[in-house]
Amino acid sequence: MTDPKPNSETSAPRDEASCGAVDRRGFLSKSLPGTLVALGALRTAQGLAGQAAEEGEQATSAVGGGNGEPAAAADTASGAATSGYDPSGHNYAMAITPDKCIGCGRCVEACKTENNVPREPFYFRTWIERYVIRSDRKAVVTSPNGGIAGFPPVKESEIMRTFFVPKLCNQCENPPCVQVCPVGATYQTEDGVVLVDDDYCIGCRYCIQACPYGARFLHPVKHTAEKCTFCYHRLVKGLVPACVEICPTEARIFGDLDSRSSPLARFQRMNMIATLKPHLNTEPKVFYADLDGEVR
Amino acid sequence: MRQQIIRLLIVFTILVAALIAARVFLIPDTFGEFGHYRGAAIDDVTAQPIKYAGRASCETCHPDVVEKHAGGRHHGVSCEVCHGPAAAHVEDPMAVVPDKPRGRDLCVLCHAYDPGRPTGFPQIDPAVHNPLRACMACHEGHAPKPPVTPEGCSGCHGQIARAKAVSHHALLPCTTCHEVSEQHKLAPASSRPTKPTAREFCGKCHAPDATPPAFIIQEVPRKDLSTHGDHYVCWQCHYPHFPELK
Repeated sequence: MTDPKPNSETSAPRDEASCGAVDRRGFLSKSLPGTLVALGALRTAQGLAGQAAEEGEQATSAVGGGNGEPAAAADTASGAATSGYDPSGHNYAMAITPDKCIGCGRCVEACKTENNVPREPFYFRTWIERYVIRSDRKAVVTSPNGGIAGFPPVKESEIMRTFFVPKLCNQCENPPCVQVCPVGATYQTEDGVVLVDDDYCIGCRYCIQACPYGARFLHPVKHTAEKCTFCYHRLVKGLVPACVEICPTEARIFGDLDSRSSPLARFQRMNMIATLKPHLNTEPKVFYADLDGEVR
Repeated sequence: MRQQIIRLLIVFTILVAALIAARVFLIPDTFGEFGHYRGAAIDDVTAQPIKYAGRASCETCHPDVVEKHAGGRHHGVSCEVCHGPAAAHVEDPMAVVPDKPRGRDLCVLCHAYDPGRPTGFPQIDPAVHNPLRACMACHEGHAPKPPVTPEGCSGCHGQIARAKAVSHHALLPCTTCHEVSEQHKLAPASSRPTKPTAREFCGKCHAPDATPPAFIIQEVPRKDLSTHGDHYVCWQCHYPHFPELK
């Protein structure tokens, strides 16, 4: 058995001599501080960028300050209201009554406007499906452009029954999308809303695959995963989501499962409630009243 | 200590130091604040500006509309459904003015007929429901009234009613000649109105010795039923709704 020490001692000078390269020790001693310096520089650059952004914000608010009132409103809109919001003691949920839905697509329009969702017909945070159960008991489900501009006529003689079902992210209690995210870019807030961190998302699409409700998509410009946020930016200001605000027939209602005075309390008392794909144990927090058995 | 152990320890220390450095420098400050995610990400989401101000904001400045709106069938319809997102209007009411839809495009999104819509929801076929007229010409958008069935027979039989209105029989109500059951108004095909079946029915006014109703001031044409028209019922030759009736 040979000792490795003499070997290494004999081979090192030979290497140095033959190709003039630095030895291992020399390389490490030179490269490590370099790496650390690079990391430090990166960190400083990040800090500087953040500082610059903060300065930019201050500048905009100073510009708004000339108008007086709007500046104060902007302040509350961006920071103050958020910091005053306490997520504990909330557990948000939505309730949908398909019997009331008229398929007008105003919720889809409102969602796209409120959240700057791309207008192309593949990107939806909420959408409406029309179920047509034909006389031969085949269910035909359509959602042309998410139902944003209504639905084409159907041949009435073939219809056994037909109805609309609004769909969106179910904000699951056990979200499969959060489990699969490799970088912790999607998460569940304390008040039960599943959100995506745009800056952290690497666009790997695992969550899009994992969602059993097809509620996620990849943003065509940002290349990050996107989904319904329950209009979280509105919730922290005490407003309801845009789709709920805009639904003309009150087919969508919004509330807090932890509050007995919430409209959800009455909804749960008065209706037969179903959730989508309950067998997957995702425990959705979007409830449907008197849901037809054909709805998936 | 053996030299190779010392070297190994140095490499190991450097690796651990690199790992710690990477963690310190690369992991964001707020990561893990609330869970396995960047806590500041929540602030990024909440910083998004709102576009829809919400009904309550509208109601603080427009109490007159609120009053009208509350009494109508659109009381559950939020202002921004028709007028569009209004958060910018709330911030600067003078500079940004919300839409005032005046055409037919918006209303039919909800009120065009679709078999999927709930029974009883007011629906029309835009192709035949007063085409080219703006909905606002007849319906008050803030407080639309339930549809009023046009009175009497003209609601469905408009063509006959318009012809009759300029005919010699304009002053006679439809029920002078037709017996109509209540059932006909509810389910038209299940109970048909009657038509005069005998010559003597027209003879009540048009026979030589008949006395027409007092409100008929013109001369009524008279015929001797025994010699005129053989066995035919009068309306088989003289269509009574037409102005050119002879």
